Amino acid sequence: MTQVTVKRLWKTYGEQVVLENVNLEIGHHEFVTIVGASGCGKTTFLKMLLGIETPSKGQFLIDGEPLPTEPGPDRGIVFQRYSLFPHLRVIDNLLLGLELRGAPFAARLFGARRRQALERADELLEAVGLQGSADKYPRQLSGGMQQRLSIAQSVICEPKILLLDEPFGALDPGITADMHTLILKLWNMKKMTIFMVTHDLQESFELGTRLLVFDKVRLDPQSPEAFGATITYNIPLKGHRETTT
Amino acid sequence: MRRLINQYPTRGASVLLSALPFLVLIAAYLFYSHARLAENPGDKLLPAPSTIAATVHRYAFEEDERSGDYLLWVDTQASLMRLFIALAISASVGLVLGLAIGVLPYVRATLAPFVAALSLIPPLAILPILFIVVGLGELAKITLIIIGVTPIIVRDLSLRAAELPNEQIIKAQTLGASTWQLVLRVFLPQMWPRLIDALRLSLGSAWLFLIAAEAIASTEGLGYRIFLVRRYLAMDVILPYVAWITLLAFAMDWLLRVLRSKAFSWANSGA
Repeated sequence: MTQVTVKRLWKTYGEQVVLENVNLEIGHHEFVTIVGASGCGKTTFLKMLLGIETPSKGQFLIDGEPLPTEPGPDRGIVFQRYSLFPHLRVIDNLLLGLELRGAPFAARLFGARRRQALERADELLEAVGLQGSADKYPRQLSGGMQQRLSIAQSVICEPKILLLDEPFGALDPGITADMHTLILKLWNMKKMTIFMVTHDLQESFELGTRLLVFDKVRLDPQSPEAFGATITYNIPLKGHRETTT
Repeated sequence: MRRLINQYPTRGASVLLSALPFLVLIAAYLFYSHARLAENPGDKLLPAPSTIAATVHRYAFEEDERSGDYLLWVDTQASLMRLFIALAISASVGLVLGLAIGVLPYVRATLAPFVAALSLIPPLAILPILFIVVGLGELAKITLIIIGVTPIIVRDLSLRAAELPNEQIIKAQTLGASTWQLVLRVFLPQMWPRLIDALRLSLGSAWLFLIAAEAIASTEGLGYRIFLVRRYLAMDVILPYVAWITLLAFAMDWLLRVLRSKAFSWANSGA
């Protein structure tokens, strides 16, 4: 069970207030979609979850523990791009997480353990529809295939929380429907909690079990940096929990 | 009429065009050599092709009267040995230091300004120091190349390492990578092709330092020979030696390029 708790959270850079007084309670196996105008702190919020930004004030807890201050295997991430390893073939990109976990020094698996890991990787490769491309390099894949791989690469480590930073923003509109099916399938399969930043409002309603809107409630035209954004809407949605195949 | 920037030579024309400057150079040489020799058969500045051929034959395929060596091969072996040892050491040090500076903020803060300062020292200016400290032997010549080339490789590789997209580094951490694992599986494999690029770029200066060191203190080597025979205005030796050095440098560059594209096909541009 995963619980994310945010209490009176502030994030400031010097004089500039990015987030102010954010309060949030997210339960296990939620699919949280986050929308908001650019510059409204949604990416900052995601970065805090990731561990590459720290809160200025307030509490940010995962399962009652303060957020770690660096990225770790309990929180996976899929960026819009550049999160694949260009020097590794598709199958090795997928194996990487297992190899890093299984072999602290060599960072590679051999023999029976490798075969075991390969089985898991092959299974997931098939689940994301990349079984024919195992021996290709990432740059030989289309944008959509790269994102499928990037998602699979994170999911194979079975993170408690999966963070998606506009993962389908750079894809052709035709592909996104497939990607939605895929992410919902994996979400139900692995029972993780997903936070997804998107600029596509329809997508956020379609996928989420909860929609968060980040916006500024106060604005000082003389000094726009004086007030930060907060969660202005926190809407529970029906979502696709256990309903998709 | 299309714009000049949109006009491309055909494949055959490309080959011809690329050969053209070489042919012009050779033709000009033959012309002036012939003209000078017609005026003064003893002229040494632009020796006739037959003279050069005879000299090359003497240096490459006949034993030297005094030493009994085949001079061209002895010189080539000595120079290449120095060059290879120096480049191997420079590449190893460059890779390790470059990675450390590129990956670890503490090492970067400590060493990056130092290496930047070091790389600005003109290596030839400290050649006298090397001769005083390590003597006139092989060590001085190899050290000069290392001092000249390593800081550049270090700087280049540290920049390349820092250039890797941050997304990749964060992603690897979310897959559980430790610093060591990151270096081993993410940084190092992506640095190999860049190390080859850095080596290729530093080949020119490596040759420069090699020949400079050989010119000053040596008993064999390509650079030594050129500067030795300069006293006798022996252009028939100098010219083929320069051509030979150029050919060697070209071959090394070509080998490195082939190695890069064969061994690291993932890094090739295009599909």
